[in-house]
Amino acid sequence: MSTDSVIAPARPTEPAGPAAAARPAAPIRHWLRLFRSELRIVFLRPRNIALLLLLAGAPVFLGVVLKINTPPPGSGGGPGAGAFIGQIADNGVFLSLFALFLLLTVMLPLAVAVVAGESVAGESGLGTLRLLLTVPAGRTRLLLTKYLTVLVFCLAACLIVAGVGLLMGALLFPIGPVTLLSGNSVSLAAGLLRLLMIVGYVAAALGALGAIGMAYSTFTQHAIAVMAAILVTVMISEIADAVQQVAVIHPYLPTNYWFSFDALLRMPIGWPEVLHGLESFAAYTIIFGWIAWVRFSRANVTT
Amino acid sequence: MTRPHPLAWADGPAGQLSAQPTEAESVPAARADQEPASQPSGRQEPGETDLAIASRALVMRFRGGQVAVDHIDLSVPRGSVYGFLGPNGSGKTTTIRLLLGLMYPTFGSFRLLGAEPGPGLDAVLPRVGALVEGPAFYPFLSGRANLARCDAADRTADIDTAPARIDHALDQVGLRAAADKRYRAYSLGMKQRLGIAAALLRPRDLMILDEPTNGLDPQGTREIRSLIKQIATDGTTVFVSSHLLAEVEQICSHVGVMSTGRLVFQGPLTELRSRGEPRILVRTTEPAQATEVLATLGLVEIATANAEVTARLGEHAPEKVNAELVHAGVPVAGLETIRPSLEDLFVELTGEGFNVNG
Repeated sequence: MSTDSVIAPARPTEPAGPAAAARPAAPIRHWLRLFRSELRIVFLRPRNIALLLLLAGAPVFLGVVLKINTPPPGSGGGPGAGAFIGQIADNGVFLSLFALFLLLTVMLPLAVAVVAGESVAGESGLGTLRLLLTVPAGRTRLLLTKYLTVLVFCLAACLIVAGVGLLMGALLFPIGPVTLLSGNSVSLAAGLLRLLMIVGYVAAALGALGAIGMAYSTFTQHAIAVMAAILVTVMISEIADAVQQVAVIHPYLPTNYWFSFDALLRMPIGWPEVLHGLESFAAYTIIFGWIAWVRFSRANVTT
Repeated sequence: MTRPHPLAWADGPAGQLSAQPTEAESVPAARADQEPASQPSGRQEPGETDLAIASRALVMRFRGGQVAVDHIDLSVPRGSVYGFLGPNGSGKTTTIRLLLGLMYPTFGSFRLLGAEPGPGLDAVLPRVGALVEGPAFYPFLSGRANLARCDAADRTADIDTAPARIDHALDQVGLRAAADKRYRAYSLGMKQRLGIAAALLRPRDLMILDEPTNGLDPQGTREIRSLIKQIATDGTTVFVSSHLLAEVEQICSHVGVMSTGRLVFQGPLTELRSRGEPRILVRTTEPAQATEVLATLGLVEIATANAEVTARLGEHAPEKVNAELVHAGVPVAGLETIRPSLEDLFVELTGEGFNVNG
């Protein structure tokens, strides 16, 4: 494109001094600067800090409650959270898993909804979107950076829940070799590695939800509407997932594979299930990321 | 950039552009660079025209069918201070959003510093400082952190000089002392200043300021006005929108007047001023007698009110009229030639008052 030649080459006529401009571009360094700026905006926003504190508080609360009223070892069983709850008294590592499982139903999606909702719609509502775009930050570049920031937030949220859960588990309960759902026992180190893989899996699930949220976010200037839409999406998906009459669509629901991370707690690991999950998350991320991009790159910014 | 532009008009003489159908008689805007502030300076990229902003039949129709911008042909000469005037709701802000790539026109084209919409626009936008529709910042960040955020988004800014540039911009708008206060705690005037500071983060070839003195007290308005003058002296083209005439009148070399989405006048301010027909005003205790004399001299549109007689001066020299009056024995207590104020001309152009929403 011949328009490239317009890109400000270092202009020798420009006045020197504190305000000299337009150095030869260092794209990576400049992008990292924008990325850091986005991270600061997300992680320094009081509302988001409160959300992360709330997420950190949940395993503390669960740990204390379970310490006071310890379920008998081996109780629970069955699918879902019950698979973990009976083991907490034996091994604090399971507090971490139990907290992740419990928070994945509402709290974690809510946190992602808040951040994804703010990402574009929030900036639009605040009017700062026009500021960034006239700088110009570049629409595609800004959208990608924002999505990466959402991903970092998803990972941070999961790490906080798992980390605080582990800490509380270690403080309140014994810690040792981990008994997997398949009955085998692995060393504590191997158990922690599995926990880390689960954190990554859940973060990927939330990342896909984040992409859906980003897409919604490009259609409105009301962050709150995006948050509500994301949560409604999660709820509808979970309800549909529970109705056996529509089992045929279950594999296509965004939340269908969310709780498949128990496959990572078997010996051997249930890779097909894990991979199906990751494929589903990748598909949602790509489709909704594409929608977000198509919409955002052509949107008239009216705020 | 030796590539010929697909639309030949863009590379032709600037005068072609300003030939708006309804204003065919206006002097081509770019011819007015005798103004002291308008030396295009050495900042022009090869291949760019001598217009900082040029639009051709620019149209913005919203989904509801409302036409916010209706075939406007802007010609903003390099180095000019261009006052973009019009009542609230006349399409000024929408035009600015189109020029900055925030919106996409329904029809028509434009060039900003020689760049067309598309990737080329992103390449010149770093040379454009903009304040669009009032300031918008993150309330939970300080003024300084907000500017750092803006600068971080700029992929061509010099990272190493950022703190110095931010301080410099804060100094220029007199906000240094409040730099570390949260934006939330700023007064409206301070917010407006921060918005201007963001546009001053680096040297610009073009400043697009949308109602920059909105919400400022008279003192602040004066400061911003002198800041704009100073920016223009450095060779930067300034495109400033306003619904306040007085503001524009004092700083602009050129004006464009919008009315309900249309550009109803464009040209040097002097040209707009000269549009008004001069009238003569005679203060006298004998208005009837004065009227008679004026009529004999061939003056028309004679009007009498109390002890004042006015008439269209036409080609007559006022001193000769005075001599005739005195010669005829009319007691002349005072005599002056009056031109219609800019305000009168604007009201004439926009059809309505300046506070009426089009």
